[in-house]
Amino acid sequence: MIRRTLLQALAAAALMAALPAAHAQKQVELSFYYPVAVGGPVTKTIDRMAADFEKENPDIKIKPVYAGTYQESIVKVLTAFKSGQPPHLAVLLSTDMFTLIDEGAIVPIDSLATSADDKQWLSGFFDSFMMNSRTGGKTWGVPFQRSTIVLYWNKELFEEAGLDPDKAPATWDEMVEFAKKLTKTDASGKVTLWGVKIPSSGFPYWLFQGLTTPNGALLMNEAGNETYFDKPEVVEALQYWVDLSAKHKVMPGGVIEWGTTPKDFFERTAAMIWTTTGNLTNIRTNAGFPFGVAMLPAKKQRGSPTGGGNFYVFEKTSDEEKQAALKFIKWATAPERAAQWSIATGYVAVTPAAWETPAMKKYVEEVPQATVARDQLEFSVAELSTHENQRVTKALNDGLQAALTGAKAPEAALKDAQREADRILRSYR
Amino acid sequence: MADGGVRTAPVARAAPVSPAVPAGTSAQVIGWLLLLPAMVLLVAFTHWPALATAWHSLFSTPKGARPARFVGLENYELMLEDDVFWQALWNNLWFALGTIPTSIAIALAMALWVNGRLAGRGFLRMAYFTPTVLPMIAVANIWLFFYTPQYGLLEQVTGALGFPSHNWLGDRSTVLGATMVVAIWKEAGFFMIFYLAALQQISPTLAEAAALEGASRWQYFRRVLFPLLMPTTLFVLINALINSVRMVDHIFVMTRGGPDNASALLLYYIYQVGFSFWDSAYAAALTVVVLAILGLTAFVKFRFLDQRTHYQ
Repeated sequence: MIRRTLLQALAAAALMAALPAAHAQKQVELSFYYPVAVGGPVTKTIDRMAADFEKENPDIKIKPVYAGTYQESIVKVLTAFKSGQPPHLAVLLSTDMFTLIDEGAIVPIDSLATSADDKQWLSGFFDSFMMNSRTGGKTWGVPFQRSTIVLYWNKELFEEAGLDPDKAPATWDEMVEFAKKLTKTDASGKVTLWGVKIPSSGFPYWLFQGLTTPNGALLMNEAGNETYFDKPEVVEALQYWVDLSAKHKVMPGGVIEWGTTPKDFFERTAAMIWTTTGNLTNIRTNAGFPFGVAMLPAKKQRGSPTGGGNFYVFEKTSDEEKQAALKFIKWATAPERAAQWSIATGYVAVTPAAWETPAMKKYVEEVPQATVARDQLEFSVAELSTHENQRVTKALNDGLQAALTGAKAPEAALKDAQREADRILRSYR
Repeated sequence: MADGGVRTAPVARAAPVSPAVPAGTSAQVIGWLLLLPAMVLLVAFTHWPALATAWHSLFSTPKGARPARFVGLENYELMLEDDVFWQALWNNLWFALGTIPTSIAIALAMALWVNGRLAGRGFLRMAYFTPTVLPMIAVANIWLFFYTPQYGLLEQVTGALGFPSHNWLGDRSTVLGATMVVAIWKEAGFFMIFYLAALQQISPTLAEAAALEGASRWQYFRRVLFPLLMPTTLFVLINALINSVRMVDHIFVMTRGGPDNASALLLYYIYQVGFSFWDSAYAAALTVVVLAILGLTAFVKFRFLDQRTHYQ
């Protein structure tokens, strides 16, 4: 009796093993690595997207793999690539493009998207998102979860300070002027409320681009082998940042932690903060007061860097798999999906067409602040990205933090950063 | 399913009597065979990686189409000019000097305190040990908010005492100290357990004899207890040293080495070079240096401290 049961079990197991094998001949399985960088049920949203896609495309199976933060994700992807088994597609920072190209890890998207329909799709994205996706005449990444920096302000505190609660500072001078009125000091001379906070831990270069861009300065060229850290406009931008605390006393001195800045805003210890649009949902749920969202203040012009992640397709995979990966990316960035993704996460919907969908229009009616990021795109530039990206970025980060902590004067700090960047990039020129 | 037949079946085919060890096999071979499992693990996960790292540090980093080529000591020359490396080295030295003696002293004090007869002893021991159980990443996230200017716990305490506000993690002069406090808080409880175990091994007759001789409590501690605890102290010292190099989790969460490398520790820098810059050859060279420093320190410790250590 036992033997019969065993035989039956064996037969069943063999059948089960054989079934997917027979199936696999016509089914392509894709592994898809993605990071989570904002709050909210992102994993669930991605799993649902994969399931929806499989329903429409039964011949392709998507296997989403949560890979940690952006930094952890690229470590996992590149390690997997070096061991010969890369994921078929992944979402990684748009600024990782040069690193991925230098490792020979990714396929240009335009070499896959060859039909007229594909080309039209690829030209449908906001141009400022494509700036971090193209180099050397090729497109290497497809915008997916993208963001920009915006200014959030506390309307209640504005009113208390005698300011118009519905008007955000439009220029650098105005921001200082408003911040001075907003900053509060208690009897012992201790500041209880800061006018403005621009975080400077971790990746200060990104926030810094929110100052250099309005001042009309670019930090690097499109080829990613030159940086312009010591240009006068850049020095002026850093001087302004340093002066906010050192001269005007409207921002705390030293390095301001990125992670606790939204909390400072909720706790009413900062009246205005600079942070990513990706925090909109977080701030909407946790701020116990009316708040506004505005474009970053202008100097010569408006401006902000973009940020966030792109889709990449990997080498060392078959042509069939690459085409299947492209199909998924196309599907995921179609207007309805892009709108759905933007509403669920707070990222900026990546195509103008997505903003025209009924779902997005309804969302904008409920949350009018969501449009600020889109409108700012017109003035946005590429996030700092070069060959040896993390190394060059670190050179700038170190310089910025040295200036903000008073260890170096802005000009000297940026000269040092530029010298270091020149040294690193020499071999790419 | 109770089926007696099945259960007895394997017994019926019981294994043949295992042959006795042939008389000719030398004890040597058996000895090596017994060592083999441990040796395989040691060689595969400790010795081989260390040697491979040293070997890789003599090559350039392979990139895309460019394969690794032999560059000799170039990576080490680079290190001499690398300001961040030197800063990380100094930081690590200060970190070690700041955390090791303090956490050992606190651990010993705590162990002596909870070794005595007092009410709620079990609770106290648990409280002291709790930081060790918590994962470092979680701990660092909590401490991040302790240190937050204005409304952080630390600020609320210092503010109530009338001290001015301070940005602990955002200031170059205080950031390393702030990360040291977290490390000490995390480690002291762990070391306390070892001291506590050692203290329980010490016979109470020694205390009685010392009391009869008229020794003060300090003399008893200085002349009897502390020398008897020396083997534990040596063990804890080595562990503390390893931890001062190994423990960087909180740096990731709290400062990421900033501001301007003021809190960069060696291992954190190696991670950055290896996995952010993807310069694996240079990271290997840095690792070799850390390995050499640790090896040298351990050697000195065992060579000189061991001679002064009294084992029971």
